[in-house]
Amino acid sequence: MSTISSAGAGPSSGTGLPAAPNLRKKSRPGEAVIRGILMASALLSVAITVGIIFALVRPVIDFFRDVPVGDFFATEGTHAVLPLVAGTAMTTVIALLVAVPLGLGAAMYLSEYASQRARKYLKPTVELLAGVPSVVYGFFALTFVTPTLLQDILSLKVGFTNALAAGLVLGVMIIPTVASLSEDALSAVPQAMRQGSMAMGANRMQTTLRVVLPAALSGVAAAIVLGMSRAVGETMIVTLASGSLKNLSADPREGMQTMTGFIATTAGGENAVGSSSYNELFAVGMLLFVLTFIINVISIALVRRFRQAY
Amino acid sequence: MSVATTTAREVTRTVSSGRSKDKNVGSLVFLGALWFSLFFGVMVLLVLIVDTAIKGSPRFDSELLSNYGSIVRPESTGFRAGILGSLWLMLFTALFAVPLGIAAALYLEEFADKERWWNRLIEVNLQNLAAVPAIVYGLLAVAVMALMGFNTTGIVLGGAIALALLILPVIIITTREAVRAVPQDIRQGSLALGATVWQTTWRQTLPSAIPGIATGTILGLSRAIGEAAPLVVVGLAGSVLFDPTGVMSEITALPMQIYSLTSNSQEDLRTAASAAIIVLLIMILGLNALAIFIRNKFQKTW
Repeated sequence: MSTISSAGAGPSSGTGLPAAPNLRKKSRPGEAVIRGILMASALLSVAITVGIIFALVRPVIDFFRDVPVGDFFATEGTHAVLPLVAGTAMTTVIALLVAVPLGLGAAMYLSEYASQRARKYLKPTVELLAGVPSVVYGFFALTFVTPTLLQDILSLKVGFTNALAAGLVLGVMIIPTVASLSEDALSAVPQAMRQGSMAMGANRMQTTLRVVLPAALSGVAAAIVLGMSRAVGETMIVTLASGSLKNLSADPREGMQTMTGFIATTAGGENAVGSSSYNELFAVGMLLFVLTFIINVISIALVRRFRQAY
Repeated sequence: MSVATTTAREVTRTVSSGRSKDKNVGSLVFLGALWFSLFFGVMVLLVLIVDTAIKGSPRFDSELLSNYGSIVRPESTGFRAGILGSLWLMLFTALFAVPLGIAAALYLEEFADKERWWNRLIEVNLQNLAAVPAIVYGLLAVAVMALMGFNTTGIVLGGAIALALLILPVIIITTREAVRAVPQDIRQGSLALGATVWQTTWRQTLPSAIPGIATGTILGLSRAIGEAAPLVVVGLAGSVLFDPTGVMSEITALPMQIYSLTSNSQEDLRTAASAAIIVLLIMILGLNALAIFIRNKFQKTW
């Protein structure tokens, strides 16, 4: 993932510019102004985060004035959010069951088996999957995976909308996320460890599974966690394929609404600004933001650990 | 020749080639599984494209591009409003996100002192923003629009703000990579001739980094053009019957039209949605091809 791999790679910069002390003596107001403008642009990214929190907090406070907290974090009722959380958990788990083995497999091949030249062509091929819009995946889940794959070929008794189809397609969508970051982590394992393993008589499979993979574990974990964050926040696939009814169930063949699905369906309807259902939108949005934020922080911390390891 | 020497030779041969032990059943099964994981995604993508193209094939006609959406005559419904809307959105998204993204990236790469805590905060924050769900940016755009006092929803401005927020981290990250790839020698040469840091950045570093920045920007836009989730939240309509005329104009977008038709029960409308998906995929493919072309044609290697 370029997001994270960019952080520590390459020569150091910024401070890397050679200082030219004699120039500092001359006052250059223009330089300071430009520097200020550029810094303001960079700080805008922090302002966006603060903005997200503020944008969400006010309607959320209004919402909890109308609705008791207990009604929100409940398993049933009109304002209950736990069925939505369960729906998100269900689709995310299915997605990870697809994406973790496949993404990790692709990463192991790219890092341990593929030649430099093959990798140059194979990596973009894997990443193609990330370029497909999620609404297209949603359409595919609804019009192909459910009726053709699940109902006709596998003859499962699934509903028109179901968590299984949504989760499977979601999993395909996050394969590149898992594969890309895992590959970075596996490639970062020093060559000496592979040579040591080979010298002890291990073959490449043993080296990959017992030496390289454990050594890269925190990076691989970061990749999985980031994939999880994508799956939790993804909207269109689950909105289209997983249904728009709150349903607290452990059966993936049933339709169940997710947090993102709820936001999309409710926002698509007509809600007056300040109404209770409008505020509920933001309450669910806040919960979603906090959840993904925690997941992202874990992922960033894990990446930092694997970068420091060698 | 002693046994020890023979064994040593055997071991050396094995280790140096590293392959003779890879021929057992377990290894081959493992390799097969890796191949499968690598090409599974491509197979799914092929099935997706072929299936959608077959379903949409009855509607590959000019009316698909030139007509407005119509529920009354579903057999000749079109995506003119969506395609134009998406193009307008891309234009304003780029106008908002590109200057801001480049400025932020230049600050972080050329000016910022990485030891300061606020610069480290910006770094961590950027990584986090890149992983915030798209739909949350929609909620933020709604709040920004309300703050600026706009009551009408579903207009170009709101959609462009949401998409610009979404791709800003992508543009900052790719611009930083492009700027970082410019060798230090060029900066040092410029500084040695008496240029200030900003003069060096503006006249030397930035021009050298432009192909990389352009590639990153186009890839960011290709992500934005297919995104529907924040647009749903901003309140874009599933269908409008006029062309966009300005930033305050109510619009729809191609992914929004596809979304609204997907859940429709009329067969003809779903067929049209399949055809529109192919149009959307072609647009995205075109943008990606353009990005690759720019990278191969203009990218300098030092």
